[in-house]
Amino acid sequence: MKIHEYQAKEIFRAAGIPVPPGRVAATVQEAVQIADEIARPVMVKAQVHVGGRGKAGGIKYAENLEAAKIWAQRILGMDIKGLTVKKVLVTEATEIATETYLGIILDRVTKKPVIMISGAGGIDIEEVAAKTPEKIHKLTVDPQLGLLPYQARTLAFKVFRDISLVRQVTDIIMKLYDVYWKVDASLVEINPLVTTPINQVIALDAKINIDDNGLYRHPEIEAMRDPDAENPAEVEAREAGLSFIKLDGNIGCIVNGAGLAMATMDLVKHYGGEPANFLDIGGSSNPEKVLTAMRIILREPGIRAVLINIFGGITRCDDVATGIVAAFRELHPTIPVVVRLTGTNEAAARKILKEVQLETAPTLDAVVQTAIKLAGLSEE
Amino acid sequence: MAIFIDKKTRLVVQGITGRDGAFHAQQMKKYGTNVVAGVTPGKAGAKVDGIPVFNSVADAVKATGANTSVIYVPPVFAIDSIYEAADAGIDTIVCITEGLPANDMMKVYHYLKAKGVRLIGPNSPGLISPGLSKVGIIPGTICTPGPIGVVSRSGTLTYEVIFALTSAGLGQSTCIGIGGDQVIGTNFIDVLTAFEADKATKAVVMIGEIGGADEEEAAAFVAKKMSKPVVAFIAGRTAPPGKRMGHAGAIISGSSGTAADKVTALNAVGIPVATSPLDIPGLVTERLKTFRAGAKKAGAKKGKAPKKAVKPAAAKKKPAAKKARGKR
Repeated sequence: MKIHEYQAKEIFRAAGIPVPPGRVAATVQEAVQIADEIARPVMVKAQVHVGGRGKAGGIKYAENLEAAKIWAQRILGMDIKGLTVKKVLVTEATEIATETYLGIILDRVTKKPVIMISGAGGIDIEEVAAKTPEKIHKLTVDPQLGLLPYQARTLAFKVFRDISLVRQVTDIIMKLYDVYWKVDASLVEINPLVTTPINQVIALDAKINIDDNGLYRHPEIEAMRDPDAENPAEVEAREAGLSFIKLDGNIGCIVNGAGLAMATMDLVKHYGGEPANFLDIGGSSNPEKVLTAMRIILREPGIRAVLINIFGGITRCDDVATGIVAAFRELHPTIPVVVRLTGTNEAAARKILKEVQLETAPTLDAVVQTAIKLAGLSEE
Repeated sequence: MAIFIDKKTRLVVQGITGRDGAFHAQQMKKYGTNVVAGVTPGKAGAKVDGIPVFNSVADAVKATGANTSVIYVPPVFAIDSIYEAADAGIDTIVCITEGLPANDMMKVYHYLKAKGVRLIGPNSPGLISPGLSKVGIIPGTICTPGPIGVVSRSGTLTYEVIFALTSAGLGQSTCIGIGGDQVIGTNFIDVLTAFEADKATKAVVMIGEIGGADEEEAAAFVAKKMSKPVVAFIAGRTAPPGKRMGHAGAIISGSSGTAADKVTALNAVGIPVATSPLDIPGLVTERLKTFRAGAKKAGAKKGKAPKKAVKPAAAKKKPAAKKARGKR
């Protein structure tokens, strides 16, 4: 799960990582009021779950209240990479001497958290990582032992010489590592971590991604979820216990298991269709889930056929069949639906499916090809 | 012969009185697995399908000599269950439970490595050595004994592949799902090493997916260390970057972890990558033939592999739907 910069900064502030004063605003009026309280030049920053906000014009400097008002007006409601800006963070503008990148992620190869720091911080860090990886210093940390102060200091010395700066950065690295563990993060990032002309170190930006599997023990973070930042169909699916990702295609896919779902989508593409979504109904085969899955998919515009591919193990085919029949009765699909059910209780499922008019197919390839044919997308 | 589990496996089921635990304990026992004990704290003295239940894994090990455990407990307790099994002296732990926090798993991983305990999973369907033993949830009915080793990051996709192999007359030595998470106890290379050493395994099917670099590392390993033929499948060719496709591990981050990268890495070392799971049996048959011919000719260790995925000349049983293959 992603959280916004202003939320991440609240977590940083609570952890003792220095961030500029500021608050979030949903209206121009609120934004101006916050700027007035700060009583110094401010930054107006779009709060959307996407990188490159600055380059898209979503981060602006405002010298005075009038400018803060103009920028808040422009940025609120702005579209950044398909997301509408509903909130802005108004925060004190900081004088910048240097910009550093600091981040922590899980390294899949070593199975340890890795801390990365680079003196070439700022908006072009991705290019730095790609073109001059030697400018990014890395340290993998023993997760059982934790981060030791000398290790953090060694990293700080890679970028800074002034001992006062090194001490401040060491402290921030230690605290950031604590935040990483405390909130079950999969990523914590400060870009840029800046030094000011009077040698203060401040986190100008803040990014935290949370491991969904750790969310159950963080109701305070679950409460930070921004429903506006997510696709409504994806929210509905998650609440029903389905794993759903919307794509722009013409063949709706309902599958059990993430791997099989991906493989099915790949075949849709291979045979000339475009998968409209990823949808995994999961291990349990509650008929209600199948009904919800059908409801979500049939609503999507541009869908020309739906394919259902189930390989029953824990999932019982008869349960899925019951869900499909219920979906037909309730939703009356007007586009072709092709079903392939195999495995646990397959025979019982066949009997149940006889109650409604739909196409069946015996194999994975067959269900995909039939769906594409019925959608009128075949090359023949 | 098989890998990781066989007739010597003495299994304890952690969470045996739960819905999934009870059901699968029965299924495993029915398959012929030596299920010696179950564990649910507070339920000592009870029996599930004749299997004695203990309060702790340590008690179960002491009373029954269990050497392998399988975990069906809810995610909130699963991390603790893994530590408990490792501390009780279990050699091989199979964690079926999904939804374990990755940061906790980092600690588990290093703790178990230092102890020399094998962990399979989490978020794994388990493993089956057809005709010998089954630990986990892979349906026994789709498997048949034979020479093909199967290793996979997913669940139902693995069933699809096993079913295709069985339908084509290609039996399996061991089929193992290593799990779809970012941090897993046993990776492709661990399993490939075991298959290479296993006399019963003649060829290996490796089923990967987007995310991480395990498939690329496995490709390098196969090139250097494996004499047996390997055939691969990669799921997620159509997955967009930055979106998590169900599995915690199945996410393309930045420019790494794409299916195209993985296919390229595998092809580069002569591993054919199937377009459809249904093409796998044909590719296996083909590679086994090439491999045997190569071995006969030179007594060499390795057959020359084709650069790209080749269409099978003739699979034993051709599935009805396998006709025209569109653009290729």
